[in-house]
Amino acid sequence: MSVLLEVGQLMDKLETGLQHLLAERNIEAPLVIGIRTGGVWVADILGRRLGIEEPFGELDISFYRDDFSRIGLNPKVTPSNLPFDTEGRDIILVDDVIMSGRTIRAAMNELFDYGRPASIILAALVDLDARELPIRPDVAGQSLTLKAGQRLKLRGPDPLRLEYQETEQ
Amino acid sequence: MTVNAAAAHHLQLTRDGQLRHFLTLDGLGRALLTDILDTADSFIEVGERSIKKVPLLRGRTVANLFFEPSTRTRSTFELAAKRLSADVLNLDINTSATSKGESLSDTLLNLEAMASDMFVVRHAQSGAAHFIAESVTPGVAIINAGDGRHAHPTQAMLDMLTIRQNKGTFEGLKVAIVGDILHSRVARSQIRALNELGAEQVRVIAPGTLLPRDVESLGCTVEYDMAKGMKDLDVVIMLRLQKERMEGALLPSEREFYRLYGLSQEKLALAHPECIVMHPGPINRGVEIESAVADGPQSVILSQVTNGIAIRMAVMSMAMGGQVAERQQKRSTLKGDQS
Repeated sequence: MSVLLEVGQLMDKLETGLQHLLAERNIEAPLVIGIRTGGVWVADILGRRLGIEEPFGELDISFYRDDFSRIGLNPKVTPSNLPFDTEGRDIILVDDVIMSGRTIRAAMNELFDYGRPASIILAALVDLDARELPIRPDVAGQSLTLKAGQRLKLRGPDPLRLEYQETEQ
Repeated sequence: MTVNAAAAHHLQLTRDGQLRHFLTLDGLGRALLTDILDTADSFIEVGERSIKKVPLLRGRTVANLFFEPSTRTRSTFELAAKRLSADVLNLDINTSATSKGESLSDTLLNLEAMASDMFVVRHAQSGAAHFIAESVTPGVAIINAGDGRHAHPTQAMLDMLTIRQNKGTFEGLKVAIVGDILHSRVARSQIRALNELGAEQVRVIAPGTLLPRDVESLGCTVEYDMAKGMKDLDVVIMLRLQKERMEGALLPSEREFYRLYGLSQEKLALAHPECIVMHPGPINRGVEIESAVADGPQSVILSQVTNGIAIRMAVMSMAMGGQVAERQQKRSTLKGDQS
């Protein structure tokens, strides 16, 4: 198991990686959309670091989760907020920690209900090697393998810090 | 909690307090009512997207069982179910099975055989939705879309959503419900919701002949003089004069009723200048409300309709969610017992 970097360092790596990717793909005016809750904090910082003038969007994926038939509806759902038209735009979709890939699947399903974006780049602070779906980030601050039963959680928003959690197995 | 409220509580909620049927507001606390309003807020946002649909009830079947005619309630329930991606069956029972002599239980058994996951029930008999919820196969959710004079909980909740949207909070609000309280299941649910959510004052304004006995015990004050009752109001809810439910001479005439209890611009001017005007519809213009008021700047009658879709989406997805979560729990307990 590798050592987890500081959030500031992860953010630097994410910023540099995204700048390269945007240049490579000739994307000049991307939109930033964060997935609640942690992804929104990261999107806020990233948007400012990348000098994006448009406000960032917030996605709540509760209505699109694939475990509704097992656990029901998330009682703390809040409205998604995309204060722009996504049709034909290049989007940077941001999450804090990518694990199974199910959140990203739900987020992409939701995004397409707002319109058809030109492209989506997936950015994550940490990429955990625990995929259950064929989805992977284009840019990540760090890749990490956790021990069985271990989870990683972003706390914030000020300051942002990553915490390990032990779950019941 | 009264015995009835306690019974409703057990029937409507799972062991960990999630909604599994939605029959009455009795026995539901402020936290759950607030969760319903918050969830509905998120569904309002869904209604503003280019694709106004979420996949929560995909693959599930919702049967609208309307034993009593209704346009607005039925169509907003239908739209709500469709926006949750459910398949919808609309059954106008007046014109079908019962007229051929089929009993309610047989109709239900047939619908369950069609693998329905949820029944939305409107019935002229008070307690019909309860009866169905008690007898239905586990896993099927029942939503009350109005039963007799008893309750119309989704209407009351969409009214609460409309009030919260316009006023921000229930604290300190003075609300009046005007008109035919006697025949109104809506009024009963509204009084209950307003009290639970913390409104400062709930008044009913009506002639004595259109008030139920012991109306104060529902949690409201009574005012027979509308001019007095309008004073300082933040919200005025007009009820429809239910001509089809009137038995005997409860009213001198419609014109007399309008003169005394109709909402005219002059009477509205007696309320707080920012008082909002609500009406569950359909409105009888010139009977309980003046056209200029119904269409005026203080009227929020049409946003009530839009909010009705969001509230019904919230309640349907929460009740279905409670049912599936409960089934899942039972399944894992069963597995646990075996190992």
